[in-house]
Amino acid sequence: MSGFTQSHLGHSARSARRALAPSPWTKAAFIVLALAFLALFLFLPLAAVFSEALRKGWGTFVSSFNDTDALHAIKLTLLVAGIAVPLNTVFGLCASWAIAKHDFPGKNFLLTLIDLPFAISPVISGLIYVLLFGAHGWLGPWLAEHDIQIIFAVPGIILATVFVTFPFVARELIPAMQAQGNDEELAALTLGASGWQAFRRVTLPNVRWALFYGVVLCNARAMGEFGAVSVVSGHIRGETNTMPLQVEILYNEYNFVAAFAMAALLALLALATLAAKSLIEWRVASQLRADERQPDNTPLHKLAKL
Amino acid sequence: MTTMLNRNFLSKKRRRQIKGGGKPQWRQRRVLPGLPLTLGLSVTYLSLIVLLPLSTAFVESAGMGWREFVQAAFSPRVMAAYKLTFGVALAAALLNAVFGLLVAWVLTRYQFPGRRLIDALVDLPFALPTAVAGIALTAIYARNGWMGSWLDPLGIKVAFTPLGIGVALVFIGLPFVVRTLQPVIEELDAELEEAAAMLGASRWTTFRRVIFPLLLPALLTGFALAFARGIGEYGSVVFISGNMPGKTEIAPLLIVTNLEQYDYAGATAIAVVMLLASFLLLLAINLLQRWSRRRIGHS
Repeated sequence: MSGFTQSHLGHSARSARRALAPSPWTKAAFIVLALAFLALFLFLPLAAVFSEALRKGWGTFVSSFNDTDALHAIKLTLLVAGIAVPLNTVFGLCASWAIAKHDFPGKNFLLTLIDLPFAISPVISGLIYVLLFGAHGWLGPWLAEHDIQIIFAVPGIILATVFVTFPFVARELIPAMQAQGNDEELAALTLGASGWQAFRRVTLPNVRWALFYGVVLCNARAMGEFGAVSVVSGHIRGETNTMPLQVEILYNEYNFVAAFAMAALLALLALATLAAKSLIEWRVASQLRADERQPDNTPLHKLAKL
Repeated sequence: MTTMLNRNFLSKKRRRQIKGGGKPQWRQRRVLPGLPLTLGLSVTYLSLIVLLPLSTAFVESAGMGWREFVQAAFSPRVMAAYKLTFGVALAAALLNAVFGLLVAWVLTRYQFPGRRLIDALVDLPFALPTAVAGIALTAIYARNGWMGSWLDPLGIKVAFTPLGIGVALVFIGLPFVVRTLQPVIEELDAELEEAAAMLGASRWTTFRRVIFPLLLPALLTGFALAFARGIGEYGSVVFISGNMPGKTEIAPLLIVTNLEQYDYAGATAIAVVMLLASFLLLLAINLLQRWSRRRIGHS
């Protein structure tokens, strides 16, 4: 009887294992189908950008940047990202410290409000700033009186960019800080550290990769934003055109090589962003493995050694 | 003895704490400092950058009067734009749900050369500026493009038709489905599949009856995220759509067109309708995610 059960069980375990492993044909078909889909919808557009940019050779590609409007667009994009990203990083650090490390009523509601810019069409993000600061907007007459121009000028572009990139850093930092818990900071406080010291020496090192990733994502969106910026910029050549807007203008003028050359520059930025993301994931994974091997390598232990 | 100790060896403050049942000082500091400062700064910044500008759309439309609002937000041309925007976004999100599930499954469960590189590239639509995606897709599907020159002899036109808008929205929405599903597929308990197989279920039955119900909340969340992104999308669509009124004109483009003609009321009315749709979707996504977490917690 027991012999029968044993062999019976052994048999079903074998067949179970066989049933769990997909047939090689199914597996191959799934992989081919998935890759074909990705090739058609993701890789083809990426390849098209570089192929079109280099259609007339390397020389034409490089010389298309030798243009005052193109150079101004690159400078403006760097300026806009250089202001929007630090602002949203400081906000992200404040918001994540308040939300992840403390309890207060209305926390979930605040989280939803932080996510709002993700849910809103970029065009509407631009429109609301026109309604606020435009010539016919709420503050329009006052701004005109004091000779301050926001819409169809650089400040409007910066504000719209800050709006669309608002959640990125906070969104990466909050889960990372929550996962870390409060124990290490509380220990630091009992050892006599001030709140600021606990934040700088314990919290910040713990979440540095999440912070870096949030900043990278925020920067990619800040440099690449099109819809919101297009509504508030006014498309003044050499004044209020960012790189994506310059792409649009060149494309609409049938100057395809120059349009795709500028687009290729933005695509390289996107690829660098993806590379940074992979690097961070790899670093975090290897750090986790190292921490498992060496349990006293946490920031708290480092602090205790000081 | 305790009283002695209290009287002689403890400070006055500490004695008062023990006597009054109060906790010693270090125990009271269970809460990290800085909440009033960081919360205050966050809420102020949020109000100035997001809430105040956003309120303008609602206040502006409230001042319009009902008849004027309906005329601006639901004229035949605008209705055609809503139908196109929501219809194509829905179709693209459905296609993404099917192929996103396949891609997520293949990238999580199977090993093959180049898997990690391809996995990293799935985020490309998040990182690539939408205008770049727009002109690239147009170049591919124009009559003389890589795909267009194949499809044109077959009588299939993609660029400057609703089909082209669909292609752009599939591109934009794909990572939402894949990235929502991947962690859930990773967390699937192998024992459940083993048990189903032991009980004699085929691979397909196991997928249909055991795996799919577990993935469903995440799949719906990814679908809703892709749909929400699709209805608001502008940059990747304007180049490939051709922007013919009543035919390939999406709602966000109509907002821009109205603004360019200084018709602020018209633009605001459409924006308010789109905002309300987005808020409803955001609510649905939050509920779906709560359901998803519960479902995973139980398994």
